Order: sequence, then structure tokens, then C-alpha cells
Amino acid sequence: MHAITIEGLRKDYAAGFWKKKHITALKPLHLAIDHGETFGFLGPNGAGKTTTLKLLMGIIFPTAGTATILGRQYQDPEIKKRIGFLPEQPYFYDYLSAPELLDYFAGLSGMPAAERKQRIPAVLEQVGLGDVGNKQLRKFSKGMLQRVGIAQAIVHDPEVVLLDEPMSGLDPLGRHEVRELIQSLKDSGKTIFFSTHILSDAEALCDRVAVIHKGQLRGVGVVNELRSGAGTKSEVIWQGADALPALTKDVMDPHVTGELVRASVARDQLDRVLEMLRKQGATLISVTPLHGTLEEYFLAHTSKEEVLKA
Amino acid sequence: MISRLTAITLNTFREAVRDRVLYNLVIFVLILLASAPLFSQISIDIERLMLVNLGLSAISIFGVIIAIFIGIGLVAKEIDKKTLYTILARPVRRWEFVVGKYLGLVLTLLTNAAFMTIGFFGALLLYTRPLTRSDASLLVAIYFILLEFLIITALTLLFSSFSSPIFSALFAFALFVIGTFSEDLKNFASMSHGMSKWGASAASWLIPNFASLNIISQVAHKQAVGGNLILFNTAYALLYSATVTLCAVLIFERRNLK
Repeated sequence: MHAITIEGLRKDYAAGFWKKKHITALKPLHLAIDHGETFGFLGPNGAGKTTTLKLLMGIIFPTAGTATILGRQYQDPEIKKRIGFLPEQPYFYDYLSAPELLDYFAGLSGMPAAERKQRIPAVLEQVGLGDVGNKQLRKFSKGMLQRVGIAQAIVHDPEVVLLDEPMSGLDPLGRHEVRELIQSLKDSGKTIFFSTHILSDAEALCDRVAVIHKGQLRGVGVVNELRSGAGTKSEVIWQGADALPALTKDVMDPHVTGELVRASVARDQLDRVLEMLRKQGATLISVTPLHGTLEEYFLAHTSKEEVLKA
Repeated sequence: MISRLTAITLNTFREAVRDRVLYNLVIFVLILLASAPLFSQISIDIERLMLVNLGLSAISIFGVIIAIFIGIGLVAKEIDKKTLYTILARPVRRWEFVVGKYLGLVLTLLTNAAFMTIGFFGALLLYTRPLTRSDASLLVAIYFILLEFLIITALTLLFSSFSSPIFSALFAFALFVIGTFSEDLKNFASMSHGMSKWGASAASWLIPNFASLNIISQVAHKQAVGGNLILFNTAYALLYSATVTLCAVLIFERRNLK
């Protein structure tokens, strides 16, 4: 049994003055996320990531399809006791302090008062807000609010955590801190489903990713496999700049520093380039296979259609 | 269910308190104090009449203004600022949210009215002492004002569940004004014929009967209030506000949030 199973969820919106036009925000989506997995949901802005999360949280209703979370219907209010959710660019009641907000949300999630009293300081400490006291949220910075957002998502110790663009709008330090927080959730065995368009975050944190574009799922895969699968080049370094003119057709992006040359070579050209270097009398320094990045995979799955159209 | 309703109710109340809504009490006290020189220059009976009219009207108007201006944002603001997302991601039913918000605003209005009532009776004691047995009818008038709050809060909540705050305020205020003259609408219906009779009759049934809840002039003139009217108004206000809140829930249950 999966932690989250999405079975054909689809969302159409009526548009236009008479609401007769229909815009499909999410085409039928099928996805399964395992227990304890950190799953990245990648896509450019407007791809359908937030729509998917809002559907799972019951904020909007699907046109078709269904989903189960921890084996129960996603609309079952009881299952929400076991889920934590951070919306994109969250806004909270700014007249409350962080402990008051967490107490309110933990209470709504059914956590008894005595347990809340113990848990809230620990969670605030965990997100790095142990020293905020009773300061109202209206005085918090964006980074602090994002940490409050994560705190409210985990305050009731959920098994599944859904995060919508958790690093969005944060400075590098804030992003690093939030990334560390997600890593600690991952280490504690939570199932994490998070959407992002920041690929380096997904690369660093996720076990698997799905790429969605224009409301359609374009691919799902294990991050390590995607990276190695997308790698089609090697970096070759040699000594002997005189050999370069004979290789201009076979190498890419050559950089010359004195006698040292560094260039990329396509995998199917590698044997030929090495042979030529030997014939030219150059000294081979190193050959390093270049792993593809998630970015290459992402671009391949989000721009294929546009390339075909062009 | 009860704990979630209580939590949402108390949080709504806390929001009103922290947003300094209850500061209007200060204005209320200032009005009563400022009018003191007027009272001292007129005869005892007129003095009481003016004080009762002024005090009870202020309790009613302040309450209605608070009900409308907080009520219009009760649901709309939560959707607009997306604070609702983190609520609905928890085991909170949509109807619990709507009813909790309603009860929270009613609690705010009750608290506000309670303080104003204390201030009002204080002023009454100061200027027209001693209080007599007939002054108990003033409490009935205040009770009717509270019933009025139940209805106007439910109406603003209903408008807030599908309309923008500005339109919600306009609708609610228009209904309050029309409802205050509902007796005239009934009279018009009884004198009309054909389609206009049907239209006026239907409107007089649909529009809240605030006229029946307004007995300020009656108690100011020390006229007794019948037990039947108390029973009728109580049943009417509870039924009307429950029906309107139910409509708000039904709309909100089906609503896709942006």
C-alpha cells in the first residue's frame, strides 16, 4: 500500500463571462508515493503543482478522479489528522504569536491540550524559532513565517507532509535552513511530497521526482537514475594545445589555459577523440563522465512539446 | 466537533479583541458622558426618555456596524489571505468553520453589548436614580437588540460566503434598513393588488423583521412588553438566523477556493 495514491485526478475550470469555456488545469493524473519517500513534484509556474496539492487538501474539488492517503479517501476529515500541509507563500493570523498559532492548529488537529503544551516548544525549537517568545506574527520576517509554516505543518506529528513551494521567495540562507528542516523530516521517516520549481532543492532532497507541465504529467523517476540517464557527455583534459585545431569538430566548449585544454566530448565521439589525441602527440590528463543534471531531465520533459511545435 | 467549533469561535473572538474592535466602547462611554450637560438641563422624565433612546440606539447601531464590518470579512478575508488553506487541511469540516466564525462574531457582539449595557445602566443610575421595577423592560429591549445581532451576523456571513466584502456590506446594510421598515412593507402588501401584492408579500416574508425587534421607543415611554412578543421574537430570530447560516454553509460546502 502506498502512502499517497492519485487515481486520475483532473481539474477543469469554467472561464469566460458566461462560464462556457473550460480550461483544464490538471489532466488526469496518476501517481503513487511510497511510505517514507521524499517525492518532488517539479514543474514551471502554472504547471498544475498547486492545483494538485489543493485538490488533495480538499480546498478545491476535482472534475474527475480520486485519491487515497494512508489507505483512506483523501476527503475523509479523519485522515487529515495524519497529514501536515504547508501552502505556497503562507499567510497566518498575524495577531497571534507563534506558540498561539501552533496551539490553535494542533487543537484543530485533535491534539490534547497537555500534549500540545509539551510539543509546541519542541517544534519551535526544531524550526529554529525557540526564542521568538510571544512576539506577534506581524513582526516576523518572510523566512521566519516560512518556518512557522513548516512548524504548523508538523506540530501534530503527521505521517505525511505536503509542502507547496517550501523554498519559494527565500534568500539563500533561508533556503538552506528550510532544506535542512525537510532533510530532518526525511531522516525521521516522514513521507514528504513537495512541489518546487527549484531543481537543485529537489536534486538534494528527493528520492523520486515527477515532472508536470501544462497540467500533464511528463515523467516520473528515481533522481539518481534520471541524473545518470541524462548524462551523455565526458570532460576530457589534455596537455598540448596544438592538437585542438584537428579536434574542433569533435569537442564542445574547449577552454585553453596555457598548454592545458579542457573540453566536453559526446559519449559516442569519445573513442575517436582519444585516438586523435594520441596521434597528435598530446598528453591525456583525465577523462571524467559528466552526470546529467535534473535540470537537463526537466528541460527535456518540459520543452519537448514546444520543440516539436517549432 | 465541539472542540474544533470552540477553537474557531474563540479565535474569531480573539481576532476582534486584538484588532481593537472593542475600542468602540470608549466612544460609547464618551457619548454618554458628553451628553451629561444636556440631561442636567431638562426635566426628569425627558431626561430618562432621552437617555434610554440614546443609550439603546447606540448599543444597537454600534453592534450592527461591528456585525457588518467584521462579518463581511469573516469568510472572504480567510479565502483572500489563504489562511483558510491551513484550516481545511486539518480535520475541520467546512460547516464547522462557518458556524465557528458565526459564533465567534456573536460572542464578540455579546461581549460588546454586555459592557455597553453596564455603562448604560450606570448612566441611568447616575442621571435618573433610583431605578424602578419598570426599568426591567429595558433589559428586554437589550435582549431584542441581541436577537437583531444574531440575524444581521448570519446575513453578513451569508453574503461573505459568495460575494466580495464591499458588496456584502452593501447587501447587509440595505437589508438592515429595509428590515427596519418591514412593517411598512407589510402594510404596502395589504393595500396592493395583483403582482405587486405578491411581490411585496414575498419580500415582507423574506426580509428580516427588524421592526418587531425594535422596542426602544416603547420602553423609553415605560410601556410594558408582552410575554408573547418575547417568545415570538426569540423563535423568529433563532429560526431566521439558523436558516440563513444553513444557506451560507450550503454555499460554502460547494465552493472551490481560489
